[in-house]
Parts: sequence; C-alpha cells; structure tokens
Amino acid sequence: MGETAVVVRDLRKRYGAVQAAGGVSFDVAPGEIFGIIGANGSGKTTTIECLQGLRKRDSGVALVLGLDPQTQGIALRHRIGSQLQESSLPERLRVWEALDLFAALSPRSRDWRELLEEWDLVQKWNSAFADLSGGQRQRLFVALALVNDPEIVFLDEMTTGLDPAARHAAWDLVREIRRRGTTVVLVTHFMDEAEDLCDRIAVFKQGRVVALDTPQGLVSHYAGRSTVRFTTNDGSFDWLRECPGFESMERDGRRIAIRGRGPLLAHVAAALVARGIAPPDLEVERGTLEDAYMAISQEAAP
Amino acid sequence: MRGVLKLSWVETKLFVREPLALIFAFAFPFFMLFVLAGVFGNDIESEDPDAIADWRSVGPIDYYVATYVGLVMAAAGLITLPLRLASYREAGVLRRFRAAGVSLAIVLGAQVLVAVTMAIIAAIGIVVGAALVYDAKMPENWPLVVLGGLLGLAAFAAIGLFLGAVLPTARAVQGAGLAAFFVMMMISGSGPPRPVLTTTMRAVGDVMPLTHANIVMQDPWLGFGWNMTRAPITLGFGVAAAVLAVRFFRWE
Repeated sequence: MGETAVVVRDLRKRYGAVQAAGGVSFDVAPGEIFGIIGANGSGKTTTIECLQGLRKRDSGVALVLGLDPQTQGIALRHRIGSQLQESSLPERLRVWEALDLFAALSPRSRDWRELLEEWDLVQKWNSAFADLSGGQRQRLFVALALVNDPEIVFLDEMTTGLDPAARHAAWDLVREIRRRGTTVVLVTHFMDEAEDLCDRIAVFKQGRVVALDTPQGLVSHYAGRSTVRFTTNDGSFDWLRECPGFESMERDGRRIAIRGRGPLLAHVAAALVARGIAPPDLEVERGTLEDAYMAISQEAAP
Repeated sequence: MRGVLKLSWVETKLFVREPLALIFAFAFPFFMLFVLAGVFGNDIESEDPDAIADWRSVGPIDYYVATYVGLVMAAAGLITLPLRLASYREAGVLRRFRAAGVSLAIVLGAQVLVAVTMAIIAAIGIVVGAALVYDAKMPENWPLVVLGGLLGLAAFAAIGLFLGAVLPTARAVQGAGLAAFFVMMMISGSGPPRPVLTTTMRAVGDVMPLTHANIVMQDPWLGFGWNMTRAPITLGFGVAAAVLAVRFFRWE
C-alpha cells in the first residue's frame, strides 16, 4: 500500500441546486480507522460514494489506493469493501449463497465461513435474506464488504439497527479488521462509536470538513471545559481561583463546582492537598465528543 | 465467464424459488395450448375450409405450436427479464453488485443466460406436449426452425435488457411489459390468426417483434422455408434493443 490510503482534495458534487459536497479535503493514512460524522445531508455519503466510484464528482481530486475511482472504478472496487447504506439482496437468496456468490465474483476472497462466524451468522447460514432481522442484514452487509479481503473498507452507518450488545461486538470486530491491516473509513451518527473506535475524525457540515482531529483533540479544542466538584464543610475556597485554567466557581451549601479549561482537576487537587484538604468525593466532569460535535455544529452556523 | 456462470447458477436457484415466475414461464403457454386445442381441435376435415385457409391451411394446433414458442420468448423478454432487472435496481441489488466491482457484462450476461435457458426448456416442453398430447405437426425443416427460434429468443432477450434498462421500477415493468405482452399475444398471430385481423390490427402487428419472430419460426415449420424479410427484421429488433440497453442502462 502506498503512502496514503485515501487522498481527497477540494471534492465537489452538486445535485441540481443542492451542493452536496462543496470542497471536501482530507487524507486517510494506511491502517487508520478514520471517522466521518455530521448531520444528515452534510455530504458524508456523497463523498464516500465518490470515493467508491459509485458517483461522479464534479471537480476536485480523489485517489483511493492510488487509483481514480472515476476511471479505474472496477479495479478499485475489487480492492475495497463497501457496506452500503441503501442496498439490498434478492429476497430468496440465502445467507451462505450471498457470501459464496460475492466471494466468487471478486478476484481475491476470504473464506466466507470465517466471516459467518465472526459476524455471528452461523445459525442463520441457510436463511433467506427476507427472513433476516435488521441487525442480521446489517451484519451480513458488513461480512459481504469484507469477503474480498479489502485493503480499505467503507462502513456507512454500520451499527444502525444493531442492539447495544451487537454494536459493541461490531466495534471489537472493526478493531480486529484494522489489526489485520485493513484501513477503515467509518461513517457514523453515534458519537460514542466514533470516540471509541476512530483514530481521527472529520466533522462534515454543509458539504465541507469543518473540523478534523483525533477524538481527544476535538474534545479538548471544542469541549475543553471541565467541571470539578466536591463537598466540604470548610469556609472560603477563593484561593482556588489561582489555579491555572480556572474560570468560575459556584457554591451551593456544602457543594462546590469549579469550571475551567485544561488540566483543571490536577491543579485543583494539588491545591487542595497542599492545604491538607482531601475531599473523598472529588470528581470531574469532562466534555465528550458529543459536546464537541454540538459545539462545532453551532459554531460554524451560517 | 466464471462470474457469469456463478451468478447464473444463483439466479437459476432464485428463479425456481419464485412461484409466479415459474407459472408465467412454464404453465401459462401450456394453458393457452390446452384452451385453444379444446376450442379448435386440430381436425382440418370438420372445419370450415375458409377458416382453415386463415390458419395457413393446417390444423389450428399445427398452426399455433410455433406461435406458443413465440409466447414463451415474449414472456421472457417482456416480463421475466425486465422485471428482475428493474426490481434489482429498485431494491439496491444492482448497487450492491456494482459496489463489489461486478461488471455490467456479468450482471446482464447472467440474466440473459438464465432467461434464455428457461425459455428453451419451456419451448421444448410446449413442442413435446403438443406432439404427445395433440399429435401436432412437427417442423418440416428442423434446423431452420431451431435457428429461427434462437434468433427470436436472442431478440427478445435484448428487448428484455432494453426494458429492464429504461423502465425504472418493477411496477413500471408490470404495467408496460404486461400490456405489451398481451397486445402482442392478440395481434401477432399467437391469438387470432393474422388473416382474420383488421387491416389496422395487422399494420400494428407488423411493428411488433413477436409477429416477425413467430413467422420466422412458423414458415420453416410448415414448409414455407426461411423468411428473408422477417428474419432480418427480427435481427434488427434485437440489435437495436441491445444497443439501446447498453446505452441507457442505469445501476440506480
């Protein structure tokens, strides 16, 4: 695999009056789990489909595994895996037949029996597609995306329709996919999923990438404020105002809440201990990716 | 080629699991044969000589066998094949094939192979059934009948691809394809013989591919030899449909 798995530069795509992608740029490194989050209609799926060669971009550069999806589509699609958001299989096609068929249709393939096991479809191996539950269909689609042993796999809302246990199982499998050396591009609406899995996340908004960083980077940049709380019987704590990053303090009877930025907890704890105070319920509430995402959504509003 | 065969095998299994497709492909032409044989019989002596002249001077069953083989082809090309393509497009199955790097040639090739195979099986069934049950006249010239049959089948397979390419949904195929099928059945010689049709009906029939495909098979069957006009027209229908199908095919 080359230096970069995916290169996107100023990619644009318009449907009539709607600018679905208005200058998208990002890179995905080999072996990375790259997340894409954003509201419905923010251009996530359009961008992915341009990278898979399922749609033609109006302008800009897109290179996937060094290939242009538009002109080298079939060669590229043999080397990538795609779990599509809107797709289906013939109703009477059985699970094993689907895996067997798509394995046979690609030049390279994995043993689909392994995939049946990994994606918990062994008991359903002979069921017709029409008889599968939403979650089972979703797992079958992911298994199909992996049957050609792809170098990059695009997972578009992979865990939508899965129950919580199945979601967590799917996360483990995504890490396993990466451990095998496959690059993962993950489109999701679930912030816990993105935070848990992704090495880096691009936040899409109105057809553009408005933020791109590690989950921790996004949180500290856009939701860096934390709140330290403890209870005490002592009097004044005004000296805590000296702590680096301090912004405000509230006192409600015995309960104290200090808001601020940066490593606030460490500074507050150190200052308390230095004065011989060690509150047993000292705790911190930090921003999550969800907070960061909401901040980004509101910040760049038109 | 391996891909076409693999997909064809899976499609054949799916076809067999679809009762409605099976009925249309196999039972319907038999039903037609059975009803018309019951109505007209195959006895030239007992019929009005003018009526027999309308059936090209052979018994009604002898006249109809070739045209029922024509109906089998028309059902494949106007209904079964486009219905499958359109419903695959509608449900996103084509999209999934495309995303897996499956070429258009494999997808269409497999559909044609399955449709043609099923039609040949049904056609053999019709001919054998007509021979055994009704003692129908067998072709005067077997090679030309088979050649004519394959020509008509290829043309209708191409028409099926064309309809599957341009009709966006299964519902559209059920409307347009079924309507075309019944119109052709009535005025292309598979129903009332052409001489009893009005001049207008015959004129409309002459722009229908089934009229030409029927006669291309029927002529050598009844001993009139190869039809040098209708055969090229049938071929023309097929080539035009194939070109338009590839030109207008949409995955989504």
